[in-house]
Order: sequence, then structure tokens, then C-alpha cells
Amino acid sequence: MSKRPRLRKATQHLLLVPFLVFALFPFYHMTLTSLKQDRELYDRHAVPLIIREAPTLEHYGKLLWETEFLTWTKNSLLVTVLATSVSVVIGTVAAYALARLRFFGVGPFGTGIFVTYLVPTTLLFLPLAQVVNWLGLGDSKWALVLTYPTFLVPFCTWLLMGYFRTVPKEVEECAMVDGATRIQALWRIVLPIAIPGLVCAVLFAFTLSWNEFIYALTFTSSSDQITASVGVTSELIRGDIYFWGELMAGAILGSVPIVILYVFFLDYYVSGLTAGAIK
Amino acid sequence: MAVRANEITVPRGRPGAAARVRQWLDGESVLGPVFVTPALLLLLLLVAYPFVMAVYFAMSNAFIGRPSHWVGLRNFIALWDSDIFRQTFQNAFVFTGISVAFKVVLGITLALLLNEQLWFKRMIRGAVLLPWVIPTALSTLGWWWMFNSLYSVVNWTGIAMGLMDPPGPNWLGQKYYAMAAVITVNVWRGLPFFAITILAGLVSIPRELYEAAEADGAGANARFWHVTLPLLKPVLAVVVLFSTIFTFSDFNIVYVLTRGGPITSTHLFATLSRVVGIDTGRIGEGAAISLYLFPLLVFVVWAQLRFVRKQVY
Repeated sequence: MSKRPRLRKATQHLLLVPFLVFALFPFYHMTLTSLKQDRELYDRHAVPLIIREAPTLEHYGKLLWETEFLTWTKNSLLVTVLATSVSVVIGTVAAYALARLRFFGVGPFGTGIFVTYLVPTTLLFLPLAQVVNWLGLGDSKWALVLTYPTFLVPFCTWLLMGYFRTVPKEVEECAMVDGATRIQALWRIVLPIAIPGLVCAVLFAFTLSWNEFIYALTFTSSSDQITASVGVTSELIRGDIYFWGELMAGAILGSVPIVILYVFFLDYYVSGLTAGAIK
Repeated sequence: MAVRANEITVPRGRPGAAARVRQWLDGESVLGPVFVTPALLLLLLLVAYPFVMAVYFAMSNAFIGRPSHWVGLRNFIALWDSDIFRQTFQNAFVFTGISVAFKVVLGITLALLLNEQLWFKRMIRGAVLLPWVIPTALSTLGWWWMFNSLYSVVNWTGIAMGLMDPPGPNWLGQKYYAMAAVITVNVWRGLPFFAITILAGLVSIPRELYEAAEADGAGANARFWHVTLPLLKPVLAVVVLFSTIFTFSDFNIVYVLTRGGPITSTHLFATLSRVVGIDTGRIGEGAAISLYLFPLLVFVVWAQLRFVRKQVY
């Protein structure tokens, strides 16, 4: 009796191995590449799966001190933090109104939010580029601060609407019976209960704007305005010679902020991902 | 109780201006619109307006820095005479169809595996989800290196395992291999979304249904086809609809991995639209290309609203 479940369990783990290799191998290989000495990296007879010679931080050094990588990262941080904060605030009040209040136009607006959530950024980047130019924000990271909320706000609103619905109406009604205004009830009662949802919204907004690529690529181009993704993919590739070590080091360092968040808030990512599709 | 509590809060004397504003704001028909105004303005100015502009551009011969003229549907029609566009159109369907199919099948498999009692459950979930959180443009660079014509680790491993003849395929330099490569990366990136969402669907299936099916003599296969799959349908529908629109409009993977090449064998609407609209400055044509995404968007929105979101706001 006890042998068969154990065998079953072992098989399940074994079946997971290909999936894990598929998911993780690219990161493993990127890390190896970033740590290899050029001599080994460009030796076509060397085994690419391991580091045989002493690992080196040379590529990271070059990336940090000989390119504008730190500026790009700073830009990414600035744009992401600003766009995320603005979007979460706008999204929170809109979501509360849509989930709780009855007023003229609530239905169509709710549908509108949902539809905008589905509009891909690749459909709007051309006209938005013109809008950005008219506003005098061409080739400026402020263009990104302005435009990222277009996909972050619908997302946050939608996610938080689901969360606000799970907060029982009676809780805030109680507070209002005790003399609180609706805004006070929202601030003191509903928002503290919805903190997991807010954390989720912040994490997703942060991740989405850190990962954004086509707007950043289209609206900015100067080396002091671009974000990390754009910098690594466009500025580190010059001519026909690719510096693979630096490229991989850039790809890894550019992902670090997200990975840190991810390690600490894994469960929020899982719940946000599922909430997004199921609610 | 409620009446008494209300009585206590009635302010004595004349209410101050601040109190009156607060009271006025408390009405749902006032607070609601106030709360949605920022979002509404944003969406009108930066989504709806640009969309209308895109439609206008698409119907004009807009060229960067030059006054434009109305040309009606000429751009949309002219595109059909271009081999590049027809190729792109076909690519978009091949890319989306194959990617989504793989993501569904692998996603269900992975979700079923993750639904079992596993050792290191959290770690495994974390690992599986990782490709989805890392910036796509950056992780695609990693794949670009893995498919490199000289140093491809994929080919090296394939040759070492006896699966490929040296030197192995030039992944990004040959038509069908390049398409296979962009599809692989898209599946890699999108699989976590499928797996985790389907897993959530699996968890919500009541255990009793399986027990009942087992009592009726249903084997593992029968349980999957007659219990699991029918109950997963709503979740699968949402996931597939979502993924279809985002796969169809993908930009990052193709832009970083192949730039639409070799020749134009991997261009998607978004990448071609960028080349035409930004690199060559033919905004009108570029907008028309990206608007070819629109019918699919309409269909997905319609399907979502019609079949999935039955509840009204």
C-alpha cells in the first residue's frame, strides 16, 4: 500500500523536471554567460553548460562603469515608482466607486475599464507618440510617466474592484452609522481590509511598468532618458559585434528589482494572477 | 439602534462649510462621479482620443512632419497588395494559433502536476512562474544568445545528445526555425499565466465530484475528460481569450529576437507597424497595420462580455 503512492509521487516530480528546466534554463545560462571570461565564452569547443575557468565579474564592472546602465536603471525606477503610485491611487478610488456606489454611468464606465484593460499597447503607440510630441515630451522619460497609467489604471481598477467586492458592505455601513462619512469609512475601514489587494495592485503595476517596452522604445531615445530594458537591448548592441557578457549581465541586473519583489511577495503574484482571470 | 446613532451625529447649530461639503460628497450620486473622474479623464485623453487619431491616421497619407490628406480606406486596401503585409498577416495567425495551442496543452499538464501534493511546493511554483515576471525584452535577450548562430547552447546540447547533426539549425536565420524560435519564447513566457490560472480552476473543483466518479468506476483518464475538463471550461475560455489578444499583439519577443526577419518571415502586426510607422515615418500606413489588430480585439471583448462576465457592474 505505501509503495504505490510513493512511486506515484516520485513520477509526478519526475514529470515536473522538464517544465522546471524549460522555465529556469534561460536564467541559468544567462548567469553563466555573464560570469564567464571572454576566452571561455567564445571558445566553440568549450562546454557551454558550466564554467570551467575562474568566473569573473569583469562584464558587470564594464556594464556599470563603462555604460550608462546606472542612469537607465534610475530612469526605470523613477518612471515605475511615479506611474505606479499615480495609477494605484486613481485606480483605488475608481474601483471603490465602481464596486460600491450607485451613480449615473457606473455600468458603462465599468465596461469601459474592462475594455481598455484589453486594448494592447501596440495598438496605440503610434498616435500616442504624436500626443507625446505635441505635449513637448518627445524623447523624455516624463512621456512614460504620463502614458504608463493608460494600461496601469484599468488594470489596478479591475483588480481592486474584485477586492472591494469581497469586503462585506456591513463593515462600512457600521462605521457610517457610527457617524463616519463615506470617505472616512473608506480610509479607516475599507482600505485597511483591502491591503492585500492594494499590495497586489502595487506589485503588478510595478512589474508591468518595469517590463514595459514598446512605449519606452518609441517615446524615448537619448541615452539619458531611456529605461533599463531599452538601454540594454539597444545601446549595448552596436554594429556587428555583440558583447554577450555585458548583454547578459545587463539583462540580469535589469531584472533584479523585480526578482527581489518577487521573492518576498510570491503569494501575492500568484493570487493576483488568478484573480485577474477568474474574478 | 441605527436611528439613535444617527441622532447623535446630527451636528448642533449651523453646520460649517467644510461639514456641508463633506455631507454633499457623501451622496453616492456625487461621490461616485468624483471618484471616477481622474480615471475617466485619463482614459478619454490618452486612450480614446489616440484611438480616434489612429483611425484618422489610418485613413490619411500621414507622413512624419508633413500635412496629411484624407485617403479613406486606401491604406487598408493597399496593404493587401504588399507581400510583406500578407506574410505578416499569415505570421500573426500561425504565431498566435500555435503558441496558444501549446500554452493550453502544456498549461493544463503543468497545472495538473502542480495540483498534486508536492515537495517544495512553494519553490516549484515560484520557479514555474519566474519567466512571467522577468522583463520580456531582457529575458528574450537570453534566448537570443541561446539561439546564436555560432554559440547556440541549444544546438550544442542537441548535438551532444545525438538529436541534431552538427552544426545544427541556424535558428534565427532560417524561415521556419525562426518562427519556431519566437513561438518557443512566447510559450515559455506565457505558460506560467496558463498554469497558475488553470491551477486555481482545478483547486476550486469539489473533491466530492472525483470521489463520486471514482465510486462509479471512472479511471484517472475518465475523471479527467468527464469531470476536470468540463469544469475547467470557463477558466480555460477566459485564459484563452486573454492570451489570444496579447499573443496576437505581441511585440517584444519578435522585436528583440528576429526584428521580423529573416526577410519578413516572423513579422507581426506590431513589429511591422513600428517599422513602417516610426522607422520609415509612414504613420498612416503604420496605423492601418496596427488597426488590423482591432477586429480581433472587438471579438475578444464581445466574447468576454457575452459569455464570461455575465454579472453586471
